[in-house]
Amino acid sequence: MAPMNRPAPLKVDQAKPYEQAGQPLSVSTTFGVQAPAAGQTRAPLAKPVYVNSSHTTDFPWKIEWNAETCIRCGACVAACTFGSIEPRLMRQGQAVSVGNFPTPVANYHVVLAIKQVKDSKLACRGCTMCERVCPTGSIRPVTNEQHRFPLVARRGGTPIKRGGRAHHIPVRALDYIKVGRISQMTDPALDAARHTFDLLTPLGRNLPAGELPFKVENGKLAMQGKTPPMQWIYPVMIGDMSIGALSWRMWEALALAVAYLNEQCGLPVRMSSGEGGMPMRLLTSEYLKYFIVQIASGHFGWNRIIKAMPQMVTDPAGLLIKIGQGAKPGDGGLLPSQKVAPHIQAIRGVPQADLLSPPNHQGLYSIEESVQKMFLSMNAAFKFRVPVGIKVAASATSVAVYNNLIRDPYHIVGGFFMDGIQGGTGAAHEVSMDHTGHPILSKLRDCYLAAVEQGRQGQIPLFVGGGFGDSGDLAADAFKAICLGASGVFSAKIFLQLAGCVGNEKGRCNACNTGKCPVGICTQDPRLVSRLDVDAVAQNVVDYFLSMDSELKKLMAPIGNSSLPIGRSDALISMNKSIAERLQIAYAC
Amino acid sequence: MCRMAAIKSKKPVAPAMVLRMMLAMQEGHDNSGFAMVMQDLGGAFANFKEFPLLSMACTSEGLDRVEEYLEKLGFTVKFDYQPDVDDRPGLDFQKMPIYVFRNYRYPENYIGRSWEEKKKLLVNTRLVLRRLLAEGDQGYVYSFWPDVVTLKEVGDPRDIGTYFQLWNEGHWLQARVISAQCRQNTNYHIVRYAAHPFFLEGYTLMGNGEDTFYQKNRDFLNGLNPGYLGFESDTQCFLYTLHYIVEELGWPLPYYKHVLTPLPFEEMKQHPEAPVLEHIRQSCQHLEINGPNTVVFVLPDNRMGVIADSKKLRPLVLGRQDDLVAVASEVCGVNTALPERDYTTDVYPGERETVMINNNLEVEEWLQ
Repeated sequence: MAPMNRPAPLKVDQAKPYEQAGQPLSVSTTFGVQAPAAGQTRAPLAKPVYVNSSHTTDFPWKIEWNAETCIRCGACVAACTFGSIEPRLMRQGQAVSVGNFPTPVANYHVVLAIKQVKDSKLACRGCTMCERVCPTGSIRPVTNEQHRFPLVARRGGTPIKRGGRAHHIPVRALDYIKVGRISQMTDPALDAARHTFDLLTPLGRNLPAGELPFKVENGKLAMQGKTPPMQWIYPVMIGDMSIGALSWRMWEALALAVAYLNEQCGLPVRMSSGEGGMPMRLLTSEYLKYFIVQIASGHFGWNRIIKAMPQMVTDPAGLLIKIGQGAKPGDGGLLPSQKVAPHIQAIRGVPQADLLSPPNHQGLYSIEESVQKMFLSMNAAFKFRVPVGIKVAASATSVAVYNNLIRDPYHIVGGFFMDGIQGGTGAAHEVSMDHTGHPILSKLRDCYLAAVEQGRQGQIPLFVGGGFGDSGDLAADAFKAICLGASGVFSAKIFLQLAGCVGNEKGRCNACNTGKCPVGICTQDPRLVSRLDVDAVAQNVVDYFLSMDSELKKLMAPIGNSSLPIGRSDALISMNKSIAERLQIAYAC
Repeated sequence: MCRMAAIKSKKPVAPAMVLRMMLAMQEGHDNSGFAMVMQDLGGAFANFKEFPLLSMACTSEGLDRVEEYLEKLGFTVKFDYQPDVDDRPGLDFQKMPIYVFRNYRYPENYIGRSWEEKKKLLVNTRLVLRRLLAEGDQGYVYSFWPDVVTLKEVGDPRDIGTYFQLWNEGHWLQARVISAQCRQNTNYHIVRYAAHPFFLEGYTLMGNGEDTFYQKNRDFLNGLNPGYLGFESDTQCFLYTLHYIVEELGWPLPYYKHVLTPLPFEEMKQHPEAPVLEHIRQSCQHLEINGPNTVVFVLPDNRMGVIADSKKLRPLVLGRQDDLVAVASEVCGVNTALPERDYTTDVYPGERETVMINNNLEVEEWLQ
């Protein structure tokens, strides 16, 4: 509001910045008519239109700034990690009238303005940090639906890379599935608050009952011989995100939450390390037992892990051989050099450079051989005490892989982790994220039913990931996957979102690859990482798991189950006929 | 819900007793059928215990197919009992044209062979007969086993009793072990094969409840053994699991309870057999039942057992007097059979127990 004792200033919406001095200065009125600047007698020539240089109208996010309410504190510019806004000077005109009758006189002065940068490399990501820090609510990014960003962002001959999840997934099948078989008089629904629920699932190779090394002695079964390592874990685990992809504080917060959930809450939640090693202090602590250590094609971090083995006081929960991931199937891991800070170099034992894991493990050329070489060597690394699983991107070939593994005669494959197209990543080519991959549900179902057909369900537990929890309801997503045959679910991005990640599937932020994560989650810049409150993040994650635990019980109780309904697809209905048909569940309308 | 009644006696008894027990529990079922398996036979079949007994209901064409096939295998008729029936008008009962209760001699080439080989022959033969009768819906074969009679009928149990003259205490059918159930088949179509009790290779089982892990059980059992088929009722899963655990795996019977209703993990850790139980839970996770159930089963050696679900959501009671133990879904059923017994010694099986009645009628309670 203008002060009462002064006339309202003339509105100006496109003042010229000060650095364009030398050119005739002009202001455009709200009506778009070129008004002559002071001292000029005729209108200047219209400015030529150059359509090939990038402009903010090409960008998916535009900055909306209110010059009238902005107090020019500069907080937004300081908060923007992408350099997408900058302070600039602006000539502002005011018509001032003094005296008893309207005698307006144009009055111009230079003011500070916040402007969006036109460089496509510095395009606004819509991360909202400016909006969050602005004390007067004067600035915010708004989506620009008519943008041309895919056309300008490739200038320079470089493919678009980003983090986050796939965009443009037309159907989220989980939303069409409901828990439709409710215990109503045929059997009683259970009491979610009072009954005992066994929310645990086995991780490790399950022998068929007939192959258990049992001997009957005095009317009792006695164990004779060894069985593959196995442990009962919580059916929702924290998926693989490396130190490197994540900031050390974010990783630490997750690790803290996992330790707390195990030690204080009685939930045996497991977390995968991702490819990138683990801190020595954790490797040599008791808490290692809550972590699944990942080995991927780059073997990053394994020098340190192997060196730590003599000092380990306990075994890890499992080992996970990563072949691929759903967000960028066919690609290996990618850690851009911007994120390879000195501590990352130390953990991974590498210089600062783009760290690209090969798309495949060296020497692997067949599934059978992978069982022989990779599984056997990883099993042997911990003397066959630790289950060894494998993680692949869901693919049209997944059933063939699963079938081969399930016939593994050595019983050394302890888990099949399958990651769907909606999985997240810290860095990938956008074309891979958006256009390669396979939705997870149908492939999960195919693998489970393939096992059923052979009478081998449960022998190699199926864990699935890729978009679970992206609606915020991880319990519901996980429960539906379990009913379709999953032994458990791994989820990652939701835990980043709990930590404050603002990224989404509509193009917001997705800057995990830049090292400029505005919330300190996916960056190694100490100034940005300090934005993250480790304890608060850990608490958010713990709280979420505790509510998810209650919610899983609220889903199990009405179908009358106190144990995990793995493969109980009769509990589900689909409100979409095609999905019902594909997943072999009942269609309901 | 279904209602179950079972008798284990030192002396052969007529089925009238279980029929009366059933009528006492009539509020709990819908009079839609009556099924019964009798073992350790007296009466007409007392002298033919070692000869496989075919229990079948069929059309004349079905009978022709069965006779032709059995003849081809070399089975010959030893004893054929044609029951006297009371076919008075107005009976509410879907009668089949022909009822067969017939003892056969083993084929000559099986004389002197092991019991294991004979078992296989009998099971495989029954499965083929079932297939033969299924073509064109020509009948149902319920059991083909020595010393076992099976009857499964759709209709009012009172009228079924009247037709087969089961109310007659001196009936031609007598047995020391009788399992019977009046159906209330809510999940599936009314088909005779869906009626409890189910029988496979000497094992009989009936249940009262809802197996909420039916699909998981079925998916796992289907294909484990050619005899595991049908799955017209969720309770068949319990029978096949019993057979799988005891017969196929050779595990002692107490582990059946551990498979059906495993201990919660916290309790399992405290159990002296924790490592074994953990492996069982791991490998038999798809055989767990989850939901309200009580299960009554009979073993090939005629011992009878009872198991309840882990939340004790379905009732069952055992009472004993002199030379007879009566098992019923409700105590009024036991009261009907044994009105004079000392009811303070009745056993209500707990959620963590297997209750066994041995052939001396001693009742044992095994804690899981």
